[in-house]
Amino acid sequence: MSSITEVEETLARIQSHKGVKGVLICTKSGSAVRSSLPPAETETYAALITQLALKAASVARTLDPTDDLTFLRIRSRKHEVMVAPDKEYLLVVVQNPDEGEEV
Amino acid sequence: MAPSRKKEGKVKATRQVRHEVPVDDEFEMYQEAVKRIVRPDNQLQLTDTELKEEITRVLTGDNPNIPKNISKYNFKDKCYKPDPPGQSEHMAIQFSMNGCSLHHDSEEFKAQEQYQAKKAEEEADARKAMEAESAEAGEELADGDGAEESGKNQFNYSERAAQTFNNPLRERGVSTEPPPIVPFGATITQWEIYDFYMADYAATIMKNRLHEQADKGKKSGGYGSYEEPAPAAAAVGKEEDTVHSAKMENALKILERLVNQNAEDEIFNDFKYWEDASDQFREGEGSLLPLWRFSTDRTKRKQVTALCWNPQYPDLFAVGYGSYDFMRQGSGMICCFSLKNTSFPEFIFSTESGVMCLDFHPQHPSLLAVGCYDGTVMVYDVRNKGMRPIYSSSIKTGKHTDPVWQVFWQAEDLAKELNFFSISSDGRVANWIMSKNELKMEPIMQLKLVNSVKDDPEETSLSGLAGGCCFDFNKTQEHLFIVGTEEGNIHKCSKAYSGQYLETYKGHHMAVYSIKWNPFHERVFISCSADWTVKIWDHNLNYPIMSFDLNNAVGDVCWSPYSSTVFAAVTSDGKVHVFDLAENKHEPLCEQKVVKRAKLTHVCFNEKDFMVIVGDDRGGVNSLKLSPNLRKLHHPVNEEGVVVEGVDNAEVQKAKMDKLLQASDAKAPSS
Repeated sequence: MSSITEVEETLARIQSHKGVKGVLICTKSGSAVRSSLPPAETETYAALITQLALKAASVARTLDPTDDLTFLRIRSRKHEVMVAPDKEYLLVVVQNPDEGEEV
Repeated sequence: MAPSRKKEGKVKATRQVRHEVPVDDEFEMYQEAVKRIVRPDNQLQLTDTELKEEITRVLTGDNPNIPKNISKYNFKDKCYKPDPPGQSEHMAIQFSMNGCSLHHDSEEFKAQEQYQAKKAEEEADARKAMEAESAEAGEELADGDGAEESGKNQFNYSERAAQTFNNPLRERGVSTEPPPIVPFGATITQWEIYDFYMADYAATIMKNRLHEQADKGKKSGGYGSYEEPAPAAAAVGKEEDTVHSAKMENALKILERLVNQNAEDEIFNDFKYWEDASDQFREGEGSLLPLWRFSTDRTKRKQVTALCWNPQYPDLFAVGYGSYDFMRQGSGMICCFSLKNTSFPEFIFSTESGVMCLDFHPQHPSLLAVGCYDGTVMVYDVRNKGMRPIYSSSIKTGKHTDPVWQVFWQAEDLAKELNFFSISSDGRVANWIMSKNELKMEPIMQLKLVNSVKDDPEETSLSGLAGGCCFDFNKTQEHLFIVGTEEGNIHKCSKAYSGQYLETYKGHHMAVYSIKWNPFHERVFISCSADWTVKIWDHNLNYPIMSFDLNNAVGDVCWSPYSSTVFAAVTSDGKVHVFDLAENKHEPLCEQKVVKRAKLTHVCFNEKDFMVIVGDDRGGVNSLKLSPNLRKLHHPVNEEGVVVEGVDNAEVQKAKMDKLLQASDAKAPSS
């Protein structure tokens, strides 16, 4: 029980952080389980990021089979997309890192 | 000739009769045709007698047209002689046709036979020759020549072929149901193969182990049941809630840190890279750069009563929350913050009573000893999120009756049991031993009051024990420790002699809030007090070798871990004072107000990074980065001004402090 509340709290905290656009949890197949992004964006992010994360994991594993992808950060001019891949699920956070600095 | 005529006439008549039958008459169509005899007009009219008259005629083989009276002149007899017609002249040829048959006995047949025999012989010879040739060539002659030998009509033989019906061609096929085809495509990578092998390997190991277990069971008990390890139900339950799984929790934790790092990018950069450039131009002065402020909503109304860095993880520190106000006691809290996530504590524990002190075990970094306002001491395992302490003292085990002001982990005892010391204002110093199931208390000593007026027996009887406020254990002499009391006295004690003080240092006039041995020099310790002063002592001397008045109650003082002469003190006016005795023996290098309208209660140096954390009475902890001037190590320089390499820092620091002590010794007699 405590784990559930803890996870929920953490999710809420992340979402309340400066510059965080949204948190997305999706399956490996690209369907969103939970999202705080608008529906259209949720879909695009889920579809694109799962592909990329799988590819990145594949790269990491191909370089060394005993290795594995633990994290993926994509820094763009406007955003930073952070991906924590799991066996079944992907946790994606989209943040605008400059927003925090401007304040 | 008449009958023939008659016949002719009859035939003609019938023909005409038939012509007269009306074809279109429907009725008469089915009627028998009526015979009517019609005679042509030019037919000879004969009477019945004439018609019935029989005329006889004889047919002969003579031709009546041949004359019988021909006479021909005969030259032999030289006269005319009648020439009667010959037998053959009576023959009239009506039709003649040449046949191709030969009579069996005729000459022609014989000639033909001869000719055929001859021809057959020739052909047989030719064939034999050909056969011989082909035999030489190894070929077989085609059959079919035998037909020529058959008695075929050689003259008018015609080949007659008959076209028979060709049976129409029929194709008949049976299509069976094809075996099912499943297209399968996959890209295989090295790591997939690796994964598969690893899974397989794990499975075989598991299997072997189960077999072994089964075998053992059979050997020992006879009915060793072969059971699958079945936490299956639990696993299923977990799977349903992947969003709330432990893995997800971990991922979320990392992400929170990342998000935090992104949002506070500048502060992180300052923390890591920014150095106050102005320090180069101001000798003997330094500054503190405020970094993060750690606080949570739940601790806003509480005071920070303890700070402690984790010995193993230099980014992790624990903060104890409680209240110093006797009238306003409430529940306490312990928060473990990490620099990696500055917005929210890693761990939170609530306590019934206000927390007064904390200490991480130096070898077991997850063990946290806690002392509370109500006198209990507890041990938390910070990894254990059960919110409950793993050990807690109770009245039965002899808990303190007053607030526990400090706890301090000790080295493991002979029985390898973990133990820690605690000091309380009830005047006791106790040792708590973590045995298997409970916390055992072992009293170390009772802090007797030292009477200023020794002859007054009344005072001794009235007053009980001195309230201990703080203590610290010598780094090199394990048994040796110093105790600060509410009365202002500092006592040097030993674990070996529980009854008496080895030395009493008088100098403070109010409660000693904190007391610390120098980490480099075993003789020196520092104390701070509510009487606005910070004093430095040599434990062999019963007077302070240095004293600093900070114009406010000094909440805490702390030696730096990198230099023997640097210490920081926090005062209740919200200021942090950083001293470097090697630079300035009288004034702090830095005196900086870091909080507004709040008292600073505690300070603690980070072991690895040049930063301090200070706690205030508003539930916040501020982290401050020390500028370069505040962290000089004073390595010895040679004549050319180059730092001498290869000198142990501990030695350098000790020498530095020794120098200070000598200077103060020279000064002491005068003071």
